[in-house]
Amino acid sequence: MRREELRALVLEALAHIAPEVDAQALDPAKPLRGQVDLDSMDWLNFLVGLHERLGVEIPESDYARLGTVDQIVAYLAEKLAL
Amino acid sequence: MIEFRMPALGADMESGKLLEWKVKPGDTVRRGQVVAVIETPKAAVEVESWQEGVVHELLAQPGETLPVGAVLARWRAPGETGTEAAASEARARISPAARRRAAELGVDAEALSGSGSQGAVTVADVERAAKAHAPAPQAPAEVVRAAEMRRAIAAAMSRSKREIPHYYLAETVPLARALAWLEAENARRPITERLVIAALFVKATALACREIPEMNGHFLDGAFRPAAAVHVGVAISLRAGGLVAPAIHDVPEKPLGEVMRALGDLVRRARAGGLRASELTDATITVTSLGETGVETVFGVIHPPQVALVGFGAVREGRVVATLSADHRASDGHRGALFLGAIARLLQEPERL
Repeated sequence: MRREELRALVLEALAHIAPEVDAQALDPAKPLRGQVDLDSMDWLNFLVGLHERLGVEIPESDYARLGTVDQIVAYLAEKLAL
Repeated sequence: MIEFRMPALGADMESGKLLEWKVKPGDTVRRGQVVAVIETPKAAVEVESWQEGVVHELLAQPGETLPVGAVLARWRAPGETGTEAAASEARARISPAARRRAAELGVDAEALSGSGSQGAVTVADVERAAKAHAPAPQAPAEVVRAAEMRRAIAAAMSRSKREIPHYYLAETVPLARALAWLEAENARRPITERLVIAALFVKATALACREIPEMNGHFLDGAFRPAAAVHVGVAISLRAGGLVAPAIHDVPEKPLGEVMRALGDLVRRARAGGLRASELTDATITVTSLGETGVETVFGVIHPPQVALVGFGAVREGRVVATLSADHRASDGHRGALFLGAIARLLQEPERL
């Protein structure tokens, strides 16, 4: 899987939780939770969605590394050894 | 013959729109089975039947808006064959022209009750049903829905503020132990079973209701009626605006993991549609958690006919402000203070929640 596919998958998982989000308008380098209204239940459901799609375990202690879309993609790529 | 009526799915619901039947004539209906989907200003709600029977006839058509209490369908009680059973066969008669027109318009003619001779379904019946099905041409659905929801919230909250003499209390609750426990617990749980702090708030509130029962129940016909079970309504904001407060049933009896699953499930269904009627009407107390926005303290408005609402603000520096809005007709400040104290105490022993 290439990075672009991974990014598309992240945005798809996000759209599932927050359908009102315009993926084109998101700044991938800015904090995601500042741009999208995600409470902790939404956030958890988003991560569960990524887990279900990719089979990746995301421990709570790694949340700090998942601030922006770019960071989430980089984190998942690392976990999947892409 | 059992009459299935338009239910009241909220304190101020006056009418509802039938979206879909989940049963057809001849089907057996079990107690608690979802039989219809009704649209209210707040959500499309799956409505259960609380009486068993066999579907005799469906009187309301999908697309029809009917007042609360209107008969939507009739069931034959178990063992009842009924002389009226013959009538239902007559109703199933469809003229060939009506059948053709139904196929053209995509209408299920079998599900219609006819106005023709001996209850036969006519072309006019089919066209009327098709028209009822068709989307209203006026404003976009979301705009109408948002305006209706605003009106429904306005009605319920105005009634609350008009009728309920609220009193308000606040207590700062230390959360260091709960947060440490949560962190350790989540580190060992798979992601699909991870907990959020709101689940602890819901469970602690429910257990506190067991200690101070004046907070749990309904004020009806001039008197407080305590509820035997504790069904906690959870305020959930909808992404398109507005909110709903569906209930998690029997919270004290549920292990924390199950409360969490129920909470996640309610949030998902509240936003995607598919809440049950019993979830919208059964709450005996409500919890609102607004802290994620950064707000420190929330003094909520009680959802009538309930008598109490517990609010949680932002978790900051290992603390949270818990508040109580309570109905002075049902309890006094002293009992309210004991109730908040019980919540605070229960949150100090998260492993026992």
